[in-house]
Parts: sequence; structure tokens; C-alpha cells
Amino acid sequence: MNRIQQAFQKKGKDLLNIYFTAGYPTLDATVPLIQTLAAAGADLIEIGMPFSDPLADGPVIQQSSTAALANGMNMRVLFRQLQDIRQTVPDTPLLLMGYLNPVMQFGVENFCRQAAEAGVDGIILPDLPLDDYVNEYQEIFRRHNLKPVFLITPQTSEARIRRIDELTDSFLYLVSGPGTTGGQNTQSEGVQEAYFERIAAMNLRNPRLIGFGIGDKASFARACSYAEGAIIGSAFIRALEGAEDAPAAAKAFVSSVLH
Amino acid sequence: MATTSAFQPNARGYYGEFGGAFIPEMLYPNVEELREQYLTILADPDFQRDYQQLLRDFVGRPTPLFEAKRLSARYGTRIFLKREDLCHTGAHKVNNTVGQILLAQRLGKTRIIAETGAGQHGVATATVCALMGMECIVYMGKTDTERQRPNVERMRLLGAEVRPVTSGSQTLKDATNEAIRDWISNPVDTHYIIGSVVGPHPYPDLVARLQAIISEEIRKQLLEKVGRELPDYVVACVGGGSNAAGAFYHFLDEPSVKLIAVEAAGKGIKSGHSAATSVLGKPGIIHGSRTLLMQDEDGQITEPYSLSAGLDYPGIGPLHAFLGASGRARFISIEDEPALRAVAELSRLEGIIPALETAHALAALDQIGAGPEDIVVLNLSGRGDKDLDTYLKYAEQMH
Repeated sequence: MNRIQQAFQKKGKDLLNIYFTAGYPTLDATVPLIQTLAAAGADLIEIGMPFSDPLADGPVIQQSSTAALANGMNMRVLFRQLQDIRQTVPDTPLLLMGYLNPVMQFGVENFCRQAAEAGVDGIILPDLPLDDYVNEYQEIFRRHNLKPVFLITPQTSEARIRRIDELTDSFLYLVSGPGTTGGQNTQSEGVQEAYFERIAAMNLRNPRLIGFGIGDKASFARACSYAEGAIIGSAFIRALEGAEDAPAAAKAFVSSVLH
Repeated sequence: MATTSAFQPNARGYYGEFGGAFIPEMLYPNVEELREQYLTILADPDFQRDYQQLLRDFVGRPTPLFEAKRLSARYGTRIFLKREDLCHTGAHKVNNTVGQILLAQRLGKTRIIAETGAGQHGVATATVCALMGMECIVYMGKTDTERQRPNVERMRLLGAEVRPVTSGSQTLKDATNEAIRDWISNPVDTHYIIGSVVGPHPYPDLVARLQAIISEEIRKQLLEKVGRELPDYVVACVGGGSNAAGAFYHFLDEPSVKLIAVEAAGKGIKSGHSAATSVLGKPGIIHGSRTLLMQDEDGQITEPYSLSAGLDYPGIGPLHAFLGASGRARFISIEDEPALRAVAELSRLEGIIPALETAHALAALDQIGAGPEDIVVLNLSGRGDKDLDTYLKYAEQMH
């Protein structure tokens, strides 16, 4: 069993997954933020690998990515920062989230090896096609014991959801509605509810986390009533914006969601 | 519509190693719907009737194939200009938007989005949306809205909403990102009319097929004029590559026809201010397609430069990446300055003021190696009205 599965087994429900962009708000904030998030009660942590053209992201994550790149973040720096992370954060699942092009240029094998060496558990690459994953990446991921996470949207067909569930040994990332990260949900609560309940009724192998548009205690609690937990990204990054003490701001944010 | 074989994408949208559909799950159902239906819709007699009728009566096709005798004398070869500048709205872009609006209607879509750089594709999209009474939103980099003001006003006059994009470098690449994000947010009622042979499969093939009318006409017109269908050279400029794809399409499987793709070298290949993707690009993923793109060593997409707003795209369509890699097409890079000189030359020799994009193709004429017996077809992709400010500034500098 991997760390992701252990986390779900241990807690079962109300899991909080926090996303942040590596190298934001300052280049060296990555490790202190992971340590603070884990200590403050985040059950999983997604480390965003900044990309110049993040198609699935809204303005907040775009801006944090631009800032992180300007701060000097890149894959080599990130893996150097993460090399000792498991000494201070032994159990919290860590996932790398980003776009395919920087991973391709770094080399998929090289990327997976260094991620595994750092103690990373899962990889989220929203623009990696499912067929390409199966044909070209799955074997490399398996060899390095890295778990892929795939996105599911209200438009994803049942057959495709079942296929994604089969390929997954971690959790399913339920995109809450149409839109990029951090967007306001334009669909009615009823429509969203029907979607979450439809997925819940499918009796899938993997637990589910709901993401996109979750940002505070109320939206987190509501998401948790339909799934095993939820993912917060943009709202957390907004909380770091302009903070003089990023770890203190992170701690306060997690506390505001959980308590 | 005749098809060619060796240069068609495979079922997954690959031309050799280039192409595919690298899209987030949020776009998957849209792109899949398009992939499943586009060939059927394009082949449908009802679609073809409407498409051909609009090309004739609305766009003004066929566009003339004009023998440019004074230009021919200047370069010591026989040059024909395919007059896409005479299309309604002033460029080849409208061939694609006419086809895609008919496709959108058949897919039951009610809202149209588009990206635009120089504004030509935006105007062509706003035009067909006005014609069909459909809602139209055009994303345009804020920098481009400022340097291409008249096209912004044209789009607004046509009833489109122009949304200035302030993310990233605020140019075509970012406008495309923002259009894709809009599509993610509006997956059910919206069709995205991409303006070039870029983006996830099936867009590169869809746009190439809709622009293929250019080479279809060239073959017929050349047969009438010189008694043979095949020229020795076809020359076209390439940003994303839609006019080149259209001009090359029905010659791809005719190895005797030399295909010349002309990119913008900007201030020079080595200057750091260039858009010559075939030279400076490496394989990677941009806007859902695996192709050559300009990027740094970390895989971050870099900002291209060309004086021409229609050529400063950091990638090229996957078909063109494949044509280059396979040797089927030859790529030539032309800097700003010779392109501007070519504008003045064509204006004075033939009475035609070309678009700055097209001028790059014209400036390559002395490099292609054509002799007196050769027939060269150059795709005159657009007219130069939109570039007058740039031309005037250049003329002042020369005095």
C-alpha cells in the first residue's frame, strides 16, 4: 500500500488536500510550506510545478506560476529542494502536479526517478492523454512506484470513468464543474449534487477528492459530504499573496478550513 | 474534396511524431465530439453545398491566379500569385471560418469563441458569426489590441465582443490559452474556431481541409493558363501555417512540386528576437499538440518576435513540423527588413500591397532557386491595409 492509500485508509473521510505552486511566494518557500501544511493538518499535499502556459488554471495559479518562474523555479531546483523532505515530513502523501511539456523536456524517466528518490507518491499531469499514459508512461511510473491521478469532469462518460478508475491506485480527482481552477461555479447546486451522487453511486475502487472552486470551511465541508475529501488550491495561494510570513499564513489558512 | 494519402494524420492525429491531442480532461468530450463528427460533416453533401455556395457568393471564390509579369522579370522565373488577398475580409482566414461556422451549426453550438493575433482571424470569425446570427467572443492579447486597433474596431462593428488578454506576454499565444480556458468553462454550447492548423487533433486536419480550396483552385487555374496542373514551386509564409497548409494540400503527394515554407526570422535567427520555429524550436507540446515550439531548456514556452503580428507564434502546425522533418518542405527564414522591402517591391511592380506576413514569402523568392522555365505559385495570403502604419513608419525611417 502506498502513502496515498494509507492516508485514505487511516482517515476515511474529510481529507484535505492542499495545492501550492513550488517557488511561490519565494523560491525557498517550497520546503517550509510543505512542513507547515503537514503539521497544520493537510492530509495530502500537491506541489505545483510552474509552467508558462497552464491551460487548465485560472488567473490565481497562472500568476503564482509566473512569479515562481521569475523567482528561478525549475525542475532541477525543485528536486534539489525536495531531496531531504522525507526526513521532516515522513508520512504525508506528496504529489507533483504540472503540465507535460516541462516533464518531457526534463525526460520522463529522469523525472520519475528523481521524484521517487525524493519520496514523491503521485503525479498529476492534466494534459497527459490517457492512451499516451497507458502506452508510454505507465511502465515507467510503475517501476518508480509513482501513482497517477486523473481528472474527471461532469462531462466524462461512465465508460471513461470506469477506465480511469481501473488505471488508478490513489484517488480520483473530481473537477467540481465547468471551468478552470479557482473559478466560481456557475452551475446550480442541484446539477452539481446530481453529478457527485452519480459518481458516488458508481461504486468505484478509488476514493474521490473534489477540486476546483473549493476555498473555505463551508465549501470544504459541502464537498466532503459527497466525497472522501477535497482539494484547495487557488484560495490557498491567495492567502499566501503578499504574506510576510508564508508558513504562518499557511498555518492560519488550514486552521480556518478545518476548525 | 480529394484527399492525399502520405501526409494525412493517422487515427490519433499524428503526422509522423507530430500532432496528437494533449488536452485536459475538461476538453476531452468537446474535442472527442469534434473528432468523431468532422469528417462525416465535411463529406455531407448538404454541408458541401452550403460551404461551396458561401465560398462563391460571400467570400468571392475562386480567387484569381494572377501571372505577375514584372515580378517574374525581376526574379528571372515565371511567378503566379494566388490572390487570397481578394477574399472577403482581406485574407485566406475566412475560408476556414466559413467552414467552421457551418460545422458549429451542425454540432448544435450557439456560441463561438476565437483567438486572434493580428486580428485577421478575429475579423473573419466575427464576420461569419454576424452572417449566421451567432454570439461571438474573440480573445486578443492586450498588446495586439493596441497595435492592431482598426481590426478591433472592425470586430466590434460586426457585433463581436473583443476580450483583451492580460495574462503572460499578452499576444497570440496567450489569446489562444484564454480561448481554450473559455472552452473549458463553456463545454456544452460553445464551439472554438481555431484560426490555424494548430491545436489538438482534429483541428490541424480540419483547418487544412477547409483551406485546401486554395490548392484545389490553383491546380485547375494553372491547367487553364499553362496547360499543366503542377507548378515547380509553391511558396507560402508560415506562422501557425494555415495558408501554407491550404496552398500545399493538393500538392503534398506530388513530389515534383517543391514546397517552400517561409518563416519570420524577426531581427535575425540568433538575435533572440525571432519567430523561426523550424530553426529555433524543439519538439514539445503547445496548445494541445506535439510539434516544434520555441522553448527554454526547462520546457517553458518562450515569446517569439516578428514585426508581423500574424507570424509571431512560438509553434508551427504539426503537419508543417512533419513536412520539415521529412524533407518534404524546405523552410526559409526572412527577417523584418527584407520583408518590408518586398512590400514596396510588389506594390510598385504589380500594384498590389501585400500583408506583412505574405511579404516574408515574397522576400524568399530570390532564395528558392527557380529558373526561367520554372513555374512558381506564391500564395498571396492577405492584403496590406492592416499594416499601413508599420509601412509608413518604415518609409519614414528610410528617408
